[in-house]
Amino acid sequence: MNDNYSIEISDLTKVFGSRIIFNKINFKRDTPGLAGIAGPNGSGKSTLVKVIAGLLTQSSGTIKHYLGGKEVHQNSVYSVVGFASPYVYLYDEFSALENLEISMKIRGLKPDQENFKALLDRFTLWPRRNDPVKAYSSGMKQRLKLIFSVIHSPGLIIWDEPTANLDSDGKHRVYELASELAKESIVVFATNEETEIGMCSEVINILDYKNNK
Amino acid sequence: MKFYWLFRKDLQSELRTRYAINALGMFIVVTISVILFSIGQEKITQNLSGGLFWVVVFFSAMSGLSRAFVSEEERGTVLTLQLMSDPNTVLGGKLLFNIVLVFSMNIFIALLYSALFDVFVIKNLPMFLLAFVLGNLGIGISSTLIAAIIAKANTKGTLYPVLSFPILLPLFLTLIEITKKAMEGVPFDEGFIEIATLVSYDVVMVAAGFMLFDLVWKE
Ligand SMILES: Nc1ncnc2c1ncn2[C@@H]1O[C@H](COP(=O)(O)OP(=O)(O)OP(=O)(O)O)[C@@H](O)[C@H]1O
Ligand SMILES: [Mg+2]
Repeated sequence: MNDNYSIEISDLTKVFGSRIIFNKINFKRDTPGLAGIAGPNGSGKSTLVKVIAGLLTQSSGTIKHYLGGKEVHQNSVYSVVGFASPYVYLYDEFSALENLEISMKIRGLKPDQENFKALLDRFTLWPRRNDPVKAYSSGMKQRLKLIFSVIHSPGLIIWDEPTANLDSDGKHRVYELASELAKESIVVFATNEETEIGMCSEVINILDYKNNK
Repeated sequence: MKFYWLFRKDLQSELRTRYAINALGMFIVVTISVILFSIGQEKITQNLSGGLFWVVVFFSAMSGLSRAFVSEEERGTVLTLQLMSDPNTVLGGKLLFNIVLVFSMNIFIALLYSALFDVFVIKNLPMFLLAFVLGNLGIGISSTLIAAIIAKANTKGTLYPVLSFPILLPLFLTLIEITKKAMEGVPFDEGFIEIATLVSYDVVMVAAGFMLFDLVWKE
């Protein structure tokens, strides 16, 4: 489905004031799989994934997303990227199902009810599908955010702290879904959980990009 | 059509939370009451009533229209929006929402106002209506852009009127002038300059908006 997506990051650098968050990251990938971004608290994992997803501008360097061999325009990056993290919030006043439907429509895509049901079921949210998100627990919200990030079949799926607020059952479901998705898409974990980094076939360690030349 | 769905989302959300509608409604009622009280038994001139009409519109616009972006920023849903749409879709949707809000608000103000002030009589109604429509579009467009800018600043409350004043001033001066003419009942061609000014204002603001929004929207 998404085997024609690829990404190329060249000399990517981000500084906040005089603090170097990361310097000259190079990364290239044109095959599906699971990749990890590792580093301790405050090292710059979230900053890096935000830059990659086009949510934050880099200080220098380039990120190129390709779909079917063609470079994706900067303003369309949203359509090839799926992103979930504790700091991305869904709309509180809408139910789970409404959030998913609305996001598909705003993307210009047709809501796929069967897919919604399968994913909501998978994360045990189906019985609560019509409750407003503000009535969800933090773990339930995290589950919904993960669903939200994959319904448009993105080629690049970025999960920053994928298992934040999740119980062990939830974690298990996330890892299972991730390895399924990684057959067709590039899935990126930004995490400091050893087990999650251990699942990745390729790891970027932010600390390697602090004092490099 | 993507921007239409964004507009629908905002409309639905507004109907559920009533963020902007409540602020606007309260503001309109309060401002008009204050004007009524301060006039008391005195007679106000026709000219003054036309000017006061736009004063009410200006302050009501200040109170409610910044919600479009500020509510996304406050609830932390800006990233979500960026993750599902391009800047033009966002601007288009928010613009449509604010324009609808401005029209509803101003029609409400106009009805309430003409019911309460006997001197508020417009002789050249078509000219006033044309100016009203162009003015509403102008207010909707500029308030959307200003809201987008201030949503990123930390001093949201105070910055909005400060930034709006210079941007909206030419629009309101023109609107007050043409309202005066419409009340006097001058023929259409005597209001041509004002109408042309309003049209240019709207066109310039839309063009500037779509050109500059990219820069405001992404950090
Ligand atoms: N807007 C900002 N302005 C200035 N500095 C910032 C900004 N955002 C992040 N930083 C700094 O960048 C560094 C990296 O932050 P980031 O959130 O990317 O870390 P992280 O690796 O995701 O940490 P955690 O594991 O706690 O999530 C931190 O030192 C942080 O203080
Ligand atoms: Mg982080």
